[in-house]
Amino acid sequence: MKKTLPLTITFLAGFYMILAFFVPHKIIAASAQEMQSWEIIIVAFTLVLGIGNLIQVHADKIHRQKSGWYYSLVLLICLVSMMVIGLFWGISEGTVYYWLYDNVMAPLSAAMFSLLAFFIASAAYRAFRARNKEATLLLVAATIIMIGRIPLGNVIWHHLPWLGAKFPNALEGLTQWIMDIPNAAGQRGIKIGAALGAVSMALRMLLGIERSYLTTGGGN
Amino acid sequence: MRLRITILTLLALSAGLSFSEAVSAYDPPPPNLMVENLKADDVPNDAGGELLVTWDLPADPGLGSQVSVLRLMRAETPEGPFSQIIEMAPKISEYSDQGLANGKKYFYRIDAVTDAGLYASRISEPAVPRASWFNSQRVSLVVALALFTGLVLFFIWRARRGATLFVRKITGLSAVDEAIGRATEMGRPILYLPSGGLSAVSDIQTLASLVILGRVAEKAAEYETPLLVPCSDPLVMTLAQEIVKASYMNAGRPDAYRAENIRYLTNEQFAYTAGVDGIMIREKPAANFMIGTFYAESLILAETGYATGAIQIAGTAMITQLPFFVAACDYTLIGEEIYAASAYLSKEPVLMGTIKAQDWGKAIAIGLIILGVILETLALKYPQLHFFASRWLASQ
Repeated sequence: MKKTLPLTITFLAGFYMILAFFVPHKIIAASAQEMQSWEIIIVAFTLVLGIGNLIQVHADKIHRQKSGWYYSLVLLICLVSMMVIGLFWGISEGTVYYWLYDNVMAPLSAAMFSLLAFFIASAAYRAFRARNKEATLLLVAATIIMIGRIPLGNVIWHHLPWLGAKFPNALEGLTQWIMDIPNAAGQRGIKIGAALGAVSMALRMLLGIERSYLTTGGGN
Repeated sequence: MRLRITILTLLALSAGLSFSEAVSAYDPPPPNLMVENLKADDVPNDAGGELLVTWDLPADPGLGSQVSVLRLMRAETPEGPFSQIIEMAPKISEYSDQGLANGKKYFYRIDAVTDAGLYASRISEPAVPRASWFNSQRVSLVVALALFTGLVLFFIWRARRGATLFVRKITGLSAVDEAIGRATEMGRPILYLPSGGLSAVSDIQTLASLVILGRVAEKAAEYETPLLVPCSDPLVMTLAQEIVKASYMNAGRPDAYRAENIRYLTNEQFAYTAGVDGIMIREKPAANFMIGTFYAESLILAETGYATGAIQIAGTAMITQLPFFVAACDYTLIGEEIYAASAYLSKEPVLMGTIKAQDWGKAIAIGLIILGVILETLALKYPQLHFFASRWLASQ
C-alpha cells in the first residue's frame, strides 16, 4: 500500500493532465485548472517547511557555537525582522518592508548577478585556449561572434585596410550565419533529444518503472 | 450635368412627386460607411463560450476616416434587442466575444458612429459557441506520443525477455564514482545541487536530478563521505531528505544520515547563489554536482566551484546554460543525458529499455526532418507537397 497508493495517484494525476492537454472541453479543462491551483496552494504551504528547516539548522548552529555562528544569528534576526515588519505594517509600496526589499535585497541580488561578467571572462579565458581541434574551433567561432555582435567590432572591421572595403558586410553575415546555421542546428538537436528524454522520464514515472523519487530505493 | 439633373427633376415632378422629393431623389448617394461581411464563428479547439466576430471595414477609404468609433452589438434573436458589448477604434476588424453560453444562438451587428449619425451593418448569420472534445491541432502530437509510448513499452517487453541492450558510454555519469572517490580520499564533503535558484519540484529536470541524487547518496553512504544538499524549494528539500535517507538505509548506513545536511536556503535566485557559494568557500567540498534546471546562476556557481578546486559534474537541458557548464566544469551531462542517468547508473534492464526507445525516437525525428527537407524542396516544383511539409509536419 505504501508503494501502490503513491504510484496510483501519480499515474492518475499524470494521465489526467495529459488528457487535459488534448481535450479542451470545459469538463476536463476546468478540473485540470483546479488541480493546478491545488498545486500552487500546496507549494505555498511547503514554505512553512522550508522556514522551519532554516530556523532549525541555524538555531542549532548558534546553540552549538559552530564556526561562523554569528552569520546564522544575523540570518535569523533578518528573517524575523522582515516577517514582523511585513505582517504588521504590510508589504505594499511605501511600507518599510518595501523599502528594505528595494534598497537591501534588490541591490544585493544585482551585485551577485553582476559577478557574472567577471566569471564569463575567467571561464572564457580557460575555454578558449586552443588546446585541441575542438577548442580551436570554439575559439575561432567565439571570436567572430564576439567581434561581430558589438558595434565597436563592426567599426574596426569597416576600417580594416583591404577587407573592410572589399567585403563591408562579411563580418555581420558570417556572425549571422554561425548563429543561424551551425548554432541553431546544434541547439535544436539538443532540444529534440532533451524533449524525448523528458517524455521518456515522465512515462517511466507514470508507469511506475522509475520509483527512486518515491524513496523506495531504486528502479523497477 | 446641371442640365441632366434639371431634366430628371422635371421627369420626377411629372411623375407626381413634390419638388423637394424630386430634388432629393437625385442627390448623390450617401457615403458607404457601413461595416460589411460581418461574420461570427465558433473558435475551434477551445473550451467553448467564445465566438470570433470578424468584419470588413467601411469600403470607401476616404470616407471611412469619418468613423469615430465602432460599436459591436449582440442579440439572441435577429430582431433584438441588441446590447452593446464593446466600443472599438475604427481600424479594428475582429473581436473575440467570450463568456457566452455553449449551444445558444447569437446574432451580431456593428454600428459605425460618425458625426452625421450611426451606420448600422447587416445583422450577422447566427453563430453558436461549442466546446471541443479534442484539440485537432494536436493530432500529430497524439500520434508522436502514441508511437513513442509504443516504443517504450516494446523495449521494456524486450528487456524483460532478457534482450541485451547496448547504451553508449556517458562520460559524465561514469565519472560519478570517480568524483565521490576523490572526495572520500580528500576527506571533504560532496555538494549536490538538485536545481538552481528558480526551479521547483514540478520541473522534470529536478525530478531527474533527484533520481541521480539517490545514486550519489548511496555511494556517499558506502564511502562514509558527508553529502551536502542545499535546496531552493522546500518541496525539493523534503523529497531530497527522503531520498537521501532511503539511500543511506539501502547502503546499510542509516546512522550516517544527517538531516541537517539537506537544507533549505531560499527561493530567491541570487540569494540562493550567494548561499551555495558560501558553502563552497567555507566547507570546501571536493566534488560538486550541479544537475537540474539552472538559469543565470549556473556560471557563478560553477566558477566558484572551480576556484575551490573541486571536481565538478554538471548537467542540464537548459540550452543557454550548457556552454557555461561546459566551460567551467570537468564533466557536463548534455540535455537528454540527465534523463538517461538512472538507467545508466542502475543498469536495470527495464530502465535501459526506455533509453533504447529514446534512441529510436531520435532516429524517427531525424527521419522526419529529412523527409520535411525533401518535401519542402520538392514543393518548389509541386506546391501540393508544401501542405504536408509545413502544415502537417511542422505546424501541428
